[in-house]
Amino acid sequence: MKKILAFVLIATLAFSMAACATSSGTMEIYFLNFKPEIAEVYDKIAADYEKETGVKVRVVTAASGTYETTLKSEIAKKDAPTIFQINGPVGFQEWKDYCADLKNTKLYSYLSDKSLAITEGDGVYGIPYVVEGYGIIYNNAIMEKYFALSDKAVNISSAEEIRNFETLKAVVEDMTAKKDVLGIEGVFASTSLNQGEQWRWQTHLANLPFYYEFKENKNYCNTVLAGLAANEIEFKYANNFKNIFDLYIENSCTPKNLLGSKSVNDSMAEFALGKVAMVQNGNWAWSQIAGTEGNVVKAEDIKFLPIYIGMPGEENQGLCIGTENYFAINSKVSKEKQEASIAFLEWLFSSEKGKSYVKNELGFIAPFNTFEENEKPTDPLAKEVLAWMEKDGVTSVAWTFAAFPSEEFKNYFGDALLEYTQDSKTWDDVVNVVKDSWKSEKAK
Amino acid sequence: MQKSLAKHFPLFVAPTLIAFLISFLIPFVMGVYLSFTEFTTVVDAKWVGIDNYVKAFTANTDFINALWFTVKFAVVSVVSINFFAFITAVILTRGIRGTNFFRTVFFMPNLIGGIVLGYIWQIIINGYLYKYQVTLTYDAKYGFWGLVILMNWQLIGYMMVIYIAGIQNIPNDLIDAAKVDGAGPLQIIRHIIIPSVMPAITICLFLTLTNSFRLFDQNLALTNGAPARKTAMLALDIYNTFYGRNNWEGVGQAKAVIFFVLVATIAYLQLKLTRSKEVEG
Repeated sequence: MKKILAFVLIATLAFSMAACATSSGTMEIYFLNFKPEIAEVYDKIAADYEKETGVKVRVVTAASGTYETTLKSEIAKKDAPTIFQINGPVGFQEWKDYCADLKNTKLYSYLSDKSLAITEGDGVYGIPYVVEGYGIIYNNAIMEKYFALSDKAVNISSAEEIRNFETLKAVVEDMTAKKDVLGIEGVFASTSLNQGEQWRWQTHLANLPFYYEFKENKNYCNTVLAGLAANEIEFKYANNFKNIFDLYIENSCTPKNLLGSKSVNDSMAEFALGKVAMVQNGNWAWSQIAGTEGNVVKAEDIKFLPIYIGMPGEENQGLCIGTENYFAINSKVSKEKQEASIAFLEWLFSSEKGKSYVKNELGFIAPFNTFEENEKPTDPLAKEVLAWMEKDGVTSVAWTFAAFPSEEFKNYFGDALLEYTQDSKTWDDVVNVVKDSWKSEKAK
Repeated sequence: MQKSLAKHFPLFVAPTLIAFLISFLIPFVMGVYLSFTEFTTVVDAKWVGIDNYVKAFTANTDFINALWFTVKFAVVSVVSINFFAFITAVILTRGIRGTNFFRTVFFMPNLIGGIVLGYIWQIIINGYLYKYQVTLTYDAKYGFWGLVILMNWQLIGYMMVIYIAGIQNIPNDLIDAAKVDGAGPLQIIRHIIIPSVMPAITICLFLTLTNSFRLFDQNLALTNGAPARKTAMLALDIYNTFYGRNNWEGVGQAKAVIFFVLVATIAYLQLKLTRSKEVEG
C-alpha cells in the first residue's frame, strides 16, 4: 500500500517538474490588451509572429471596463504582463513603478510627434499607438432630407455649413419640430446616463469647456499640462457645457427621465437603425454601427461634426483628437523579456505584415512615421478624422481630459449630470460638484 | 482503531487545512496587513499606519452613507423575508393540494445567480416605471425598494424550506393536544410552533442578516449605486473604493476590515440572542 502511494506521489512530482521544464524553454511575452473589440485580431497577429520569430506572444484581453482591475491582479503574479497600457499622465502616476524607460527604443524614434509620448524628466515611459477623434457623428442621408425641406427654418443647405453652436441649435430644434416628416424619433441618440455609460459626457463632452479654460493659462504650452497643474478650477465655461448638454437631452429620442437606464450600445443602435440623425461618439464607433443588425446607415453617409459649445471663434474648431492608449513595458520582468516585448511592438508597427494588420484589421490611425500616406485606415469615420485633421485653418481640440484628476472625479460629475437631467439637482449644484470634486480629488 | 486514527490524523486533516489556509486564512491575514499600507498591487506595499482608516470616514461621506443604507436595507429585508417565509411555510405544511409543486417553485429563485437576478429585476422594474416616465435611477427610494423586493423574492423560498423542516419536526400529538385543549390556529402558532422552531429562526435570521449586509451582485446589477451612490451598499462601496481611484486600494481594504468586524459582531450578537430563546430539546 505504502509503496503504491509513494510511487504515485513520485510520479506526480516528476510529471509536474517536467511540465515546468517545457514551459520555460521558449521565450514568451505577455500582452495585456485593452480593446476587447479587436481581441481576435491580436490572436491572429500573435500566431503569425510566433511563426516568424519563434517568440510566443500571450494575449490576454480584459473585459470592457475592467482593465485596471485585471492589470492589478495580473501584474502581481509571477508571470506578469510584459506589455500593458496606461491611459495618460494620470495613469502613469499610478503605474510609474512598473514603466520601463523607452527613450532608446526604435519604437519611440518611429513616433511622428514626439510630444505625444508620456515623459518624465529624461525618460519616456508611455508611447501612444493610436490616435482617435470624436465629435458629433451625423447621418447625412437624414440631414439632406432635412435641408431639402421647403419650410426649413435655417438658410443653410448642408450639414457642412454648420460652423457654430447657434446654427447647430437652430438646425437641431427645427429638425425636432419636423421629426415626423423626417421619419426620425429624435435628433440625438439617447444621452446614456446609466452607471458606467457616462463617459461620453463627463469625459468627452467635458473636455471642451476645460480645453478652453486651460488654454487661457499661458504659462503652459499645452492644455493637459495646464490642467495637471491646476489644483482648483473655475469651470468658467460651465454654461457652454450646459448649452450643448441641454440641446442633447431636449432633442433626444428618449424622454429626459428615462435616460438613466440608457447605455452607449443603445445610443449607437438607435443611430445605426436610422431612428436618430446624430450621436456624439468617436471613430472607434464605426465597427459598432456597421455591426448592428438591421443597420441602415451607409458608409458614405456617415460624417463628423465638431462639438460646438458657443465659444467665440469656434468656426475654426475641429474634432477632439488625441489618445488615451499608451504602451508601457513592465520594468519588473527580466531584461530579455522587456527587449522581446519591444521587438514585438516594433515589428507590429514597422514590418509590412504588421502594418497591414494595423491598417486593415486593427483600423488604427497609428501616429508612427513608418506608415506611408497610402497605409492609412479605410473605415469612414477614421477617414473623416484624418480629413478634419488636415483641413486648413481648423484647429483640433486636444484631449484635455487626460488631466482630469481621477476616475472618481468623472463619476461625481456623471452622477451630478444624471441628477440634473432628472431635475433633482440644479445646474448650479452640478457646477459646484464639479469644482469641489476637482479640488478634493487633486488634494489627495 | 483509536490509535490508527491518531496516526493518520494529519492525512485526513491536511487537505482541508491546506485549502483553508490558502483560500481563507492567508488572504485574510494579508488583507488585514494591507489595510495598514498603501499599495497598487498586493506584492509591494508601503506601511502607512491607520491613515487608511481615518480616510475611510473623513475623506468623504460615501462610507457612512453606504452604512446607513445597508442598515436600513437589512432591517427591512430581514423582517419581511422571515415574515413571508414563515407564513408560506405554515401554509405549505397544511397538506393542501400541490404542496410539493409550490415548495419547488418558491425555492427556485434561489438557484439563479445574483447578477442575472439583478438585471432581470432591473428590466421588470424599469418596464413598470416607464409608464410613469421615470426609471430606477430617478430616486434612491426606487432602488431601495427594488433591492428589497429582489432580495425577498430570492430568499423567501430558501428560508421557507428551513422553516418547513422545523415545522415538520413538531410532533403531531403536541398540536393535537393543544387543539383538544381548545387552542385556536393563532394560539397554536404563537405558543407551539414558534417556540418549537426557534432553532430554524436562529438560522434564518443569521442567513438573512449576513446576506443582507454582504449583498453585492444584486446591488451591482440592479442600480450600481445610482443615483449618485445613494443606493450603494457597503460591499459595493468597498469595491468602488478599491478599484475606482488611484492609490486608494488601502482605504478600500481598511473599509473591508471594518466591514468584517461589523458583520461578525452583529451576527455573533444575533446568534447569542436567539440561541438563548431556543427550547432545550
